Amino acid sequence: MAVLAAHNLRKFYGGAEVVAGVSFGIKAGECFGLLGPNGAGKTTTLRLCLGLTDPDGGSVELMQRPVPGEARPARARVGVVPQMDNLDPDFTVSENLLVYGRYFGLSEGAIRARIPELLDFAGLTARAKSRIQTLSGGMKRRLTLARALINDPDLLFMDEPTTGLDPQARHLIWERLKQLLAGGKTIVLTTHFMEEAERLCARLAIMDRGRFITEGSPRELILRHIEPHVIEVHGDGVTEWADREAGGLATRLEKSGDTVFCYAADPAPLFASLSGRQELRYLHRPANLEDVFLKLTGRELRD
Amino acid sequence: MHIFAPPSMGLRFVPVWRRNLLVWRKLAIPSILGNLADPLIYVLGLGYGLGSMLPEVGGVPYIAFLAAGMVCSSTMNSATFESMYSAFSRMHVQRTWDAIMNAPVDLDDVVLAELAWSASKSVLSGVAILAVVWLLGLSGSVLSLWVIALLPLIGLTFGALALAVTAMARSYDFFMYYFTLLITPMNLLCGVFFPVEQLPAAFQAIAAFLPLTHAVAIARPLLLGQIPSDAVLHALVLLAYAAAGFYAATVLFRRRLLK
Repeated sequence: MAVLAAHNLRKFYGGAEVVAGVSFGIKAGECFGLLGPNGAGKTTTLRLCLGLTDPDGGSVELMQRPVPGEARPARARVGVVPQMDNLDPDFTVSENLLVYGRYFGLSEGAIRARIPELLDFAGLTARAKSRIQTLSGGMKRRLTLARALINDPDLLFMDEPTTGLDPQARHLIWERLKQLLAGGKTIVLTTHFMEEAERLCARLAIMDRGRFITEGSPRELILRHIEPHVIEVHGDGVTEWADREAGGLATRLEKSGDTVFCYAADPAPLFASLSGRQELRYLHRPANLEDVFLKLTGRELRD
Repeated sequence: MHIFAPPSMGLRFVPVWRRNLLVWRKLAIPSILGNLADPLIYVLGLGYGLGSMLPEVGGVPYIAFLAAGMVCSSTMNSATFESMYSAFSRMHVQRTWDAIMNAPVDLDDVVLAELAWSASKSVLSGVAILAVVWLLGLSGSVLSLWVIALLPLIGLTFGALALAVTAMARSYDFFMYYFTLLITPMNLLCGVFFPVEQLPAAFQAIAAFLPLTHAVAIARPLLLGQIPSDAVLHALVLLAYAAAGFYAATVLFRRRLLK
């Protein structure tokens, strides 16, 4: 059963097509990742799905309801963790949950009964009466996640849920998201952390310049787009080595700064060539999602 | 939704209004005292100080004349501040509106909640001044109780106009234009400190179009124990400003936030 379906979505801002014909469907219980460099159109796509802005073309169905026409009742079954922290700074941790629950038309009793459970889930039971300013970045993000769960939603939208968090805080969020998936929730997340996408998402799409440029499971994308072996080489004379020798031995070469990335189905000839070059240092690793991402979206900076 | 569609009205604004009430309750005492201090200084300072040098103004002691003006002017100021600085903080700085709109609450509901809240808060400041006016014995008429019914209309009028300004603001600095170009002139032209009839004819004509004039025209007679003439007409002018301001605010906020 599709909890979210988008057909040929389009959105223009000042003549630029920010979302340029995007179609996808999300099944109940799956975790779908939307990857892309900054400005790829990820956040706008989410806003269109939530009915927060009208599309210039195409259609959206959220929880089997047409959006934006019936966006409000559709959102009653949805939770959102926004990219930017927008907790209420004037309230305590539990007041934030209480006030947010009222926006869903939940009864005071129902919200108060749910708060202890959510605080426990977020690891914030001891901080129930703390003011927001006294929380760490990780705690705030966990509270935002708890707030998004106040209505026990079927579908969670998460816009870069771990951006700006330290590794400990990030791992805790991932663990909680896995718990939610195990409990049957559907998650749509945007990220530019490949590790996050590989860990959480059964299926993902890479978006660039308003379009989906590829879609599949992390493993499928790696198999489809990239050679299985990567050898990163750096050291004096690496450029000359790449031009004269590696070019013929690797399937594909990419230069970035003073490192040469050699992509190959069979790494043996490259190892043989490198063994005669003591001045070159190298790292051999399996290809990953980041290689796919960089191949498809390019290595130049996006601001 | 079409950007010029009429605002959708419903009770979904109530939880948003309650959010603002909960914030206010945490700071209620300093907030009321703060709202009271400014008009009180004017009433006492100008009323007793300047009033002692003046003959009766409009047939009453100057301080009683001024008190009626200050009730209206401070209700206007309170609604204006709440709809500009506080609403802008919630919308732009704290991103509270974004969080609310991820729930099943639309922008129209949020704008209505902001209007209802700024009117509510301004009624509280209006009533506080009114209480002081009664305590000081500046108005003893039962008719003055009717001013309490007028205060929500004043709050809605100036709250709605200020929201339309907030919808266009890029930063807090923008609000200075509204204060300098509209609020300050209204305080001086609309009969708060002296009768409008003292102004040159051209200014009187301008004053007749300004909403504060119509608020004062209802409140002052009531506080002085008279039945205001043309009260319905004055109230309709305020209502028209409130409706126009609210519609403009809704359209401008949609253009700003739903694009």
